[in-house]
Amino acid sequence: MSNNNIREQIVKNTRNKSNMFERIIPIILLLITFVSVVATIGILYTLISQSFEFFSRVPITDFLTSTTWQPYVGDGEWGIWALIMGTMKIVVIAAIIAIPIGLGAAIYLSEYATDRVRRIIKPILEILAGIPTVVYGFFAINFVNPILQSIYDGFGLYNAVSAGLVVGIMIIPMIASLSEDAMSSVPQAMREGSLGMGATRLETAFRVVVPAAFSGIIASFVLAISRAIGETMIVSIAAGSTPNASFDVTEPLQTMTGFIVQITSGDAAFGTNLYYSLFAVGMSLFVMTLIMNIISAWLTKRFREEY
Amino acid sequence: MTELKNINVKENTVGSQVTTKDSPIIQTNKEVVFEAKNFNLWYGDNHALQDINLTFHENDINAIIGPSGCGKSTFVKSMNRMTELVPIVRTEGSIDFRGDDIFTSGMSVEELRTRVGMVFQKPNPFPKSIYDNVAYGPRVHGIKKKSILDEVVEKSLRGASIWDEVKDRLNDNAYGLSGGQQQRICIARTLAVEPEVILMDEPTSALDPISTTKIEDLMQEIKKDYSIIIVTHNMQQAARVSDRTSFFYQGYVVESDDTKVIFENPSDKRTEDYVSGRFG
Repeated sequence: MSNNNIREQIVKNTRNKSNMFERIIPIILLLITFVSVVATIGILYTLISQSFEFFSRVPITDFLTSTTWQPYVGDGEWGIWALIMGTMKIVVIAAIIAIPIGLGAAIYLSEYATDRVRRIIKPILEILAGIPTVVYGFFAINFVNPILQSIYDGFGLYNAVSAGLVVGIMIIPMIASLSEDAMSSVPQAMREGSLGMGATRLETAFRVVVPAAFSGIIASFVLAISRAIGETMIVSIAAGSTPNASFDVTEPLQTMTGFIVQITSGDAAFGTNLYYSLFAVGMSLFVMTLIMNIISAWLTKRFREEY
Repeated sequence: MTELKNINVKENTVGSQVTTKDSPIIQTNKEVVFEAKNFNLWYGDNHALQDINLTFHENDINAIIGPSGCGKSTFVKSMNRMTELVPIVRTEGSIDFRGDDIFTSGMSVEELRTRVGMVFQKPNPFPKSIYDNVAYGPRVHGIKKKSILDEVVEKSLRGASIWDEVKDRLNDNAYGLSGGQQQRICIARTLAVEPEVILMDEPTSALDPISTTKIEDLMQEIKKDYSIIIVTHNMQQAARVSDRTSFFYQGYVVESDDTKVIFENPSDKRTEDYVSGRFG
């Protein structure tokens, strides 16, 4: 086939190409994008309107200042701090476990491990993320808790430590994997610059690679902690269902998510305080994760090293 | 004079007979900083450097020239053991730094790289402020006092002829600078730990002619305090800046001599062909 022929064909095809397609596609894509926007707005609307209903029955000051959550006694006592403290205990314990281990694993994988080791370890780590949380839940209560009790007999069957530890283990792969991605994408030339000045690998990792990958690392922390805040199954199984605002980690507790599960799977009659409290708790959860995102955006902006 | 000629005769290398009779012997009373003896390097099965024998003297600018893939960058990276970052590299023979083999003398790789600094082909500042870039080396090596660091940063930036351009924005990210400025920041960063030798791996290949001129001038200024070994693709650059030139070809050193001799009166046909632009 001669060149001329191809040129003619291409010209012909170009002219025949309908512009309809090019015009319709962006509209379809826009509609698709709207699905998630509409869903978000819908959820937010429900949460907010129903929360308003709740706060017309229960003063918001009680909700935000009381530390007693007793939905079943009389009209109920609705101090959200009892549930927030439950969630915070789990999240803090999980973060204490997951951040150092996840970051350490990420540094090892991106700065020390050979290609072969990385290719073997990373998928194994990611399998951890695929285990159903209900399995983690009974792992907490049947495996971790007996060990804890053998160390210190003050631990009850349900407590913050076993659930928190296991939530921590669950989010390690998320931190390790995302941080490793962020650190691996720091250009090799930067490491060479540091090593070439006589810095050790460790100094290079902490002074050059981690700061350069900081925004990605923080993003991994935030995602993982948001996941811990929203985690439901593990805490429902292993942390108990007793709201309490104490700092005692050996006692049973209830998290915000745990409360929602308990009520939705039980008997919250429509129109009761209990029913509307679900939305107020849901709203509080949403605000907590929103605050996390704002903090991370600020941290990233404040400490980011752009290259 | 005879004694000094002997030093030069020792430098004769594979495939060449270096004639030093006509050339002025500049490096007469200069101390030897680096000496490669039968140095070989393999990347896996690829024999990238073969029986390298070369000597480098104090306060010289030594150019290493040769076509792509001849091993010149690999050789320079061997001198501060940066080649070890590639896992499949294997070496034989020795490279002596001030008389001690860098591979076996027990000197830590960190100490070696502190005393033998490196400037890379592509400017690679850290994504930190200009100040933190230059203070990086001293800080890593335990200097914490602000007043000392301030002094080092200014001195190094002046040394790299970039102080006047950046003195009012030391806290800006180094990535906001032009490529030529970034490269001078990298040179300042290297100067800040006061190495004895500076290895430069095609330091101007990513830069425009004006920046290149600035860096070449800079090399002339700092050579009184440092020994410089520069890999360059650019033969004019080698001719302009260096005192000594070594020509690498296919992993061998073909010829190594005073720059003037290499460019005006090379003894090997391949050197002549290369420097006259017939190949490479």
